[in-house]
Amino acid sequence: MQNLGIIFRRELFGYFATPLAYIFIVIFLITNGIFTFDLGGFYLRGQADLLPFFSFHPWLYLFMVPAIAMTLWADERKTGTIELLLTLPIKLSEAVLGKFLAAWVLTGIALALTFPIWMTVNYLGDPDNGVIFAAYIGSWFMAGGFLAIGSCMSACTKNSVIAFILTVAICFTFVIMGSPILLNAFPEWVPQFIVDAFSALGFLTHFDSISKGVLDIRDFLYFAVFIAAWLLASAIVIEMKKAN
Amino acid sequence: MIEISHLTKKFDQFAAIDDLSFNVAEGEVLGFLGPNGAGKSTTMKVITGFLSPSAGSVTVDGYDITRNAIEAKALIGYLPEGAPSYGDMTTLEFLNFIAEIRGYRGDEVNTRVQHVIEEVELQSVAQQTIETLSKGFKRRVGLAQAIMHDPKVLILDEPTDGLDPNQKHHVRELIKNLAKDKIVIISTHILEEVTAVCTRAIIIDEGKIVADGTPAELGAQSQYHHAVSVRLNEEYDLTSDLVGVSGIGNVVAEEEENSFTILASNGAPIFTKVTEIAQSNHWPVAEFHVNRGQLEDVFRTVTAQSRGDE
Repeated sequence: MQNLGIIFRRELFGYFATPLAYIFIVIFLITNGIFTFDLGGFYLRGQADLLPFFSFHPWLYLFMVPAIAMTLWADERKTGTIELLLTLPIKLSEAVLGKFLAAWVLTGIALALTFPIWMTVNYLGDPDNGVIFAAYIGSWFMAGGFLAIGSCMSACTKNSVIAFILTVAICFTFVIMGSPILLNAFPEWVPQFIVDAFSALGFLTHFDSISKGVLDIRDFLYFAVFIAAWLLASAIVIEMKKAN
Repeated sequence: MIEISHLTKKFDQFAAIDDLSFNVAEGEVLGFLGPNGAGKSTTMKVITGFLSPSAGSVTVDGYDITRNAIEAKALIGYLPEGAPSYGDMTTLEFLNFIAEIRGYRGDEVNTRVQHVIEEVELQSVAQQTIETLSKGFKRRVGLAQAIMHDPKVLILDEPTDGLDPNQKHHVRELIKNLAKDKIVIISTHILEEVTAVCTRAIIIDEGKIVADGTPAELGAQSQYHHAVSVRLNEEYDLTSDLVGVSGIGNVVAEEEENSFTILASNGAPIFTKVTEIAQSNHWPVAEFHVNRGQLEDVFRTVTAQSRGDE
């Protein structure tokens, strides 16, 4: 487990050694602001909550998170450092997890830096801070889900642009799975339980309830299992594709 | 001791390594030779545990590289082909990272890192990011990370590739100094390097061992072993003087004018015989010397044979 920490620190440090982390955070904050205030009508709603802020997160993550995730393994492969890393006395799981956690913490930092909006809403009204806190955690878990997909896609290729496109495509699928647009498109004859199962796999179903303050452990569990499954897939892909 | 037994690595149907078996003992510096695509790098990748073998096994001091991967990898220092390292880190940061992964803690990290920095002379670039370094320095950073934990087994894939002659000399000296009580495996296609640093050489081709021995032993297999080279002042037909003399084989005319190489037909020294003939026939000799076997010649012969070119 000590190795996990060492790899985690190296990766996180790597983000801040280059402009990547700063650019990511700044763009994240700006887009968040535009989404919340312009498109979300934060003031017009006249309600002291952060619903317009959180409801755009899936769409924001759709492009921001794959951008961090794309280099996770693709760059290691491209520069050959994967050979260095995986011949050190560490477990593959430590490398996969360490890298994932570093990227996840980066998104966490970006998310935490949106705190002025939380202060604003507290200044303007009297929101339910418990709900807001839960929504933050939910949003962070969802970012983790996007990242885990990205980790796996990045492991599939040497080319980080391909990794980016694949990640966006798969994330998009999971986002819209729970959206009414897609669910209404099912023809009448499809049994309801299939539609429900389909919807249960989507991000929106789980994130919506969390962000509205409905705290169900199953929604968090969904993201936790989702992350674990994609990380496991990453490890398998890395193991399989080491040779090329 | 590294034991490699019946090692096979297949990519789809193509066998990059085909039933390879050999042992390397402490104190040996093994030169691993072969044409491009012979399976050198693949073998090293399997020995270091990066790729898993399709069949057969690799054990390092009794630890199996697949079953006891962590213990085996802890004994190995490895410089992969092209000396990859994290370009966005400085030399010092990168080496600190390696030292920590290798299990050093606290002050030890610093001591160890300073030691390797001195050993491969990286003081001047310690604070520079690795991606800004020249090829020679990058390779030295790679070497520094490989020797960080004073490993029992050192595996270097083309350690001097892309270095200038001074740097090459320096790296070779370094390897020689490190080699005591260690196992060193170097892959290279620079044959002079093998003669300079290796105590043993293995030539592989198409995933199989085609020659194994000390550089001198391998050299002895060369048709140029014991051959006598002669350069004459003026034109003279020395072939007729040598016809029928036992132990003397073909006479090869070299590119240079009036230069010949007299081959020994049964591998025994012919120097004395040739000198006697030269004196009694008053050859107009300008230069006269005995060849040692050329590794290059052996390399070409054995790798061509295994391909059925000859």
